[in-house]
Parts: sequence; structure tokens; C-alpha cells
Amino acid sequence: MELSGGQIVVQCLKDEGVEYLFGYPGGAVLHLYDAIFHQTDVKHILVRHEQAATHAADAYARSTGKPGVVLVTSGPGATNAVTGIATAYMDSIPMVVISGQVSTAVIGSDAFQEVDMVGITRPCVKHNFLVKDVNYIAATMKKAFYVATTGRPGPVVIDIPKDITDPNIKVPYKYPKKIKLRSYSPATKGHPGQIKKAAELLLNAQRPMIYSGGGVVLGNASKELTELTRLLNFPITNTLMGLGAYPATDKQFVGMLGMHGTYEANLGMHESDVIIAIGVRFDDRVTGKLTEFCPHATIIHIDIDPASISKTVKVDVPIVGDVKLVLKQMLDILKEHKKKPSKKALAAWWSRIEQWRDAKSLEFDRDSNLIKPQAVVEQLYQITKGEAYITSDVGQHQMFAAQFYHFDKPRRWINSGGLGTMGFGLPAAIGVKLAHPEADVACITGEASIQMCIQELATALQYKTPVKIINLNNRYMGMVRQWQEFSYESRYSHSYMDTIPDFVALAEAYGHVGIRVEKPEDVMPALEKAFAMKDRTVFIDFITDRTENVYPMIEAGKGHQEMTLRIAPGTPIDRELA
Amino acid sequence: MRHIISILIENEAGALSRVAGLFSARGYNIESLTVAPTEDASLSRMTLVTRGSEDIIEQITKQLNKLIDIVKLIDLAEASHVERELMLVKVKTSDETRGEINRLADIFRGKIIDVTCNSYVIEMTGASDKLDAFVAALNADSIIETVRSGPTAVSRGENGLHL
Repeated sequence: MELSGGQIVVQCLKDEGVEYLFGYPGGAVLHLYDAIFHQTDVKHILVRHEQAATHAADAYARSTGKPGVVLVTSGPGATNAVTGIATAYMDSIPMVVISGQVSTAVIGSDAFQEVDMVGITRPCVKHNFLVKDVNYIAATMKKAFYVATTGRPGPVVIDIPKDITDPNIKVPYKYPKKIKLRSYSPATKGHPGQIKKAAELLLNAQRPMIYSGGGVVLGNASKELTELTRLLNFPITNTLMGLGAYPATDKQFVGMLGMHGTYEANLGMHESDVIIAIGVRFDDRVTGKLTEFCPHATIIHIDIDPASISKTVKVDVPIVGDVKLVLKQMLDILKEHKKKPSKKALAAWWSRIEQWRDAKSLEFDRDSNLIKPQAVVEQLYQITKGEAYITSDVGQHQMFAAQFYHFDKPRRWINSGGLGTMGFGLPAAIGVKLAHPEADVACITGEASIQMCIQELATALQYKTPVKIINLNNRYMGMVRQWQEFSYESRYSHSYMDTIPDFVALAEAYGHVGIRVEKPEDVMPALEKAFAMKDRTVFIDFITDRTENVYPMIEAGKGHQEMTLRIAPGTPIDRELA
Repeated sequence: MRHIISILIENEAGALSRVAGLFSARGYNIESLTVAPTEDASLSRMTLVTRGSEDIIEQITKQLNKLIDIVKLIDLAEASHVERELMLVKVKTSDETRGEINRLADIFRGKIIDVTCNSYVIEMTGASDKLDAFVAALNADSIIETVRSGPTAVSRGENGLHL
């Protein structure tokens, strides 16, 4: 079969089983778009800004485990995609981004819409390619998908000059079935000796903690993690990225840890003697002050990326490998082992944890006559029975979502954790809805974040992806305002927007339904109304208490034991402090 | 501590910039870097000299290993090795100084590879500190320019860095 470069790219996508291609056309990719026009297998989703294409593809990948695929033109199309590429890179999301490039003859001459995409994206991709020969397209595409989806996943960019996709130059096409790179061999099983050592530590632990993260979600190891946790009867905490890997409604789950984690999770970490860290990277938002991080603990760390091990926190038992395989190996050892965890020690440890739990560190004022953002998330959780896919933007609302929507399943919580990209939520919701048309999809956002990609309301209409936008509108960049309140004596420098659009009118202008909610008692009826409209995108603008802060909080540079709580009157912790 | 990292890398456009970019992005320092193709034209061999604590060097080697183009690498500081650096020095000469510069170059086993009526180019190889010593021994005013390759190195014994 003889195909042109443009046709080859599209045929490769078909052969990879790509369902959706998120993109935006432009000069350098016109040949490619013409090839797309002549087929229907790969469905193209036309976004309104290239950043949104990357976020939608990224969220498609997060919610399905399959790679997200993006197509953008050269120059500004490519640079607009960079934020989304960096977002995917920080959270290790498999993604293949095809960018057009000016013709090979003019590369380097500052041609119209030329930018060095390979150079610009180098620090925020797992790998990238510039294809300079039509004969190399198929092999490069295969390599890109292979690299993006194996090992620690990540985005891969393929930059294709316009002349390489010329419809008049046809070459034989064959998509490689398999590919092997001599310079790349992702880790698989863990070292048996290390796993044995880890098992011994776990069985002898007095105050153990399981600290698991996004790697468990990415590695599809939720089942194994749950089995391990139940077998050992240890407390488990999840990172922001790891939520859903272990059922949040289970009694062994002590909540998220870190900057806005629960009291029981953070103090549990601080006092524990053995920590098993699974698919995590000891991010600064998790560890707080490094010198005070888990001072009494022996640390076991399972990760597929050797560079994650002892990067910030020195670990005692490193295990490099695919988290699913390592957990299976570990379960085999633990099940056959004569020794069992000490029931007495665990009982004492659990009673200590229950004391911390009694502090009810997430509690908020339920009697307020203003809408509390937490209450909105709680009611969203109730009405969707915890089964919805939740995307979020970045800020206070993201933390409220993480704290109050109890994810029992992996891949349901879609947020930009590492890069913290505002504008992620809405395009992400569209990507998720395309992947899961039958499921409820809600985007929890704020009035600042939503404005960063609000143009995607048009995309949502065009492709009939009815998502529910839960706008927690506090008329502030809430998280910025909170930090300014705590650390800058309430000097709210530019964390307030003087003009906020009428979101109801805006949603309607885009052809959707808009609802404004101003009273706490109207929250549930509005949610009910919104979710009853199965085939409509609904923008619910909740006018929330603008002074609300996210608690508990570990201020930057402090340790886990120095949490700031919102003190609930009459709780044990309140009595202890009094 | 000073470490010499030897790298086998795919001989592809942009491979060098991936290594250099990694160092600048993560704030590691590069003291010197040499790179050239090997006997296998599809591979380049890179010798990189860096400094840092054990933790930093461990991260550097791990991060380098993550680069898809890097086939293999070894930290030569971990075992005994030999290293050599090439230097070319251009010095001013006159009837009075020529003899002294000749003797000095001889002592350091340097070769004079270009002669004009008022200059020499001296070629010298050796460990970096020997080259330093030679430069220090020359009259500073007589040096027109120096150019150094940065160290290249191989491990001692029968083992080596190859596919």
C-alpha cells in the first residue's frame, strides 16, 4: 500500500486503535487535515484553543488508561499546546502530540509560524522526534506510542514538517507490529530480595502507614493495593494523584495527606515507624519540611522510575519495578509467610489514629447562611452517589473536591496535580465525557480557573458532551487569597477580579443551561435539576462564602506535625489545646 | 567530589542538547563535556565531568539514564580509570624566550606543532592537572590563547562501555 505522509500519519493512528484526535488545524498541517477528511475511523475533536486539545486528550488518557492524541499546527499552535504537554509530563500521562512544522527547506530561517518545537518541549516531554523523511513516519509513530505508554508514562511530541506530509509523495506503508529500542527498557518485576526485605519490615511494624499515589492509578494496581491493605490491616493514605486507588469510604482509609491532608493522615505519617510508599514521588506538597518528614520511619519505596527513588527523601528499601507486578510479588510472600502483623500493636496504633480522626479536621460550619464550597461538593457527591467522573481546575475548589468527594474507584478523579494548571477542568471534562458517554461527568471549578479555558463551552456543544460545571464562585482567586491572608497580612494583591462575567448568560450564549445559586438551601435542588438534564451541559454558578479557607493546612516549610486546624469546638483536639 | 561520567548515546540530532538541557534544567553543573562518534557510527561517546555530593551524582546518573537516547552510562569515579585531556596553547615567542619555551614543552612532553616568527602552537595531552601545571609554568604574558578538549577517559582493565 502506497500512501502519502499525511495519509500515513492517519493510518498509523487507526492501526494504534486511536478513537479520538483532539486538534486545531493550521497551515503546516493542512495535508494532514486533508487526510483526516477522507476517513471516519479516527474522530477529530475540534477544540477552540490548542491548550484545551492537550488537556482533553490528557483527561481522556487519565480516565481510560489509553494514550491521548493531539494534533496542532506549527508555531503558535505548537506553543499553545506546551502548557498541556507540561501538565501531562508532571503527572506522567501517556500522550502523543503531533505538531506541524514548516517545510524542511525553510527550517531555521525564521519562516512564518516557525518555532523550534523539539527544543521548546524538550524539558517537558518523555521524548520527542523531528521526522525529516516520509519513510520514517510509521516507525516514529510506533516508537512514540511505545515510549509514551510504557514504563513511567509521559507525553511524546512528533514534529512533522509540512513537506513530509506532501500528498504527491507516496511511499510504501507498513506499520511495525513491535518495536524494540536498545536505549530504552522499562522496568518490570521488582528485585525479589528487596521485596522480601520489605515484607519482613511490614510484618514487624508497630505503627505502619501505607502511602500510595498516582503510580498505582497509572499502573492499574488498585486491586493489588486494596488486597495488600486489607491483608495487613494497615492505615492507608493517598496523595492527591492517588485518590481512588483505594476506596475512600473504607474504614482503613485515613484521607489524603500533605498540605491539605487530614490530621490523621499527616500525624500518622509523622509518628509511623514503617512507611510503604507505593507509586509516589515524595512531592513537596506531600512531605512539607524535608528534615522533619517522618522522623521515626523506615521507608520502603516502590516505583517504576529509579530517579524517583531517594530524590528528595532518602529511602531504606528501594524497589524498582512495575507497581502491579511488585505488589503481586509482595502479596505472594506475605500470604505464605508464617508471621502475621502484630494484632496488639495494630490495635494500639488504630486507637491512636481514631483519636486524631476525632479532631474532624475537615469539618466546616454547616449552619452558615452562605453557601459553603465544601457543602456543594458534599451534595454533588450525594447526588452522583460517588460514581461521577470529577475533573477539577486548580485552587481551593480542587482541594475541596479532593477532600469531600470520596473516590472509591481509580481514574475517576481527574486533576492537574504536579503542574497545577488552571484551565484544565473544562477541556478535561469534555475528554472524559467522550470516553465515557454514559457516565456523569462534573467539572469542579472556580470563577478564576474556568475563565482560562471557557471557550471550550463551544466544543462541548459541538460534540454534545453534556458535562456539569460546578463553579464555586467566591469572587477571589481563593487559594491566592488564602495565602495572602495567612502570609501577607491580608494584603489581597490582585487576587480579586473587578469584573466577573454573568456566567448564566455566558453559558446560555454558548447554547447551554446556566443556573445561579445563592442560598445554601438551593444547592441540592439546583444539582438535581442539572443532573436530570442528561443531554445538556449545565453551568451552575454557586455564589459561595468568599472568606472560606481550606483546612487543615500545613504552611509551606513546616512539618506534618505543625498542622493548622480549623478548631471545631468541643472536639478532643480542642480540649487538648485548651 | 569530581565525577567523570562516560555515556554511550544514539548518534542523533539533538541528543547532545538533551544532555546539556537536563543539566541546566536541574541545576547540575558541567565542568566539561566532550562528544564524538564511536567506531559504530550509530553511537556517540560522551565524557562529562561534573561535581556534586553523592546524592546529586546519583540523581544525575539516574536522570541521564532516563533520557531515551542514552544507551548506557558509567560513572568512572567508581572504579580506577585513565583520563587524558588535549590542550593547544598558542604563545608569543622571541629570540630570547624560544629556548626556554622549548625546554618547558619538552619537560611536559609537549609538541610544537606550529611555528611562526613570533609564535608557537604547543600540543599537549595528559591529565588535566598536568595541563594546569604547564599553563602555570608559562609566562602568563606570553600566552595568546589556550584551548582544551576537556578530559576523556576509559576504565582500566578488560571491561568497557559498549553495547
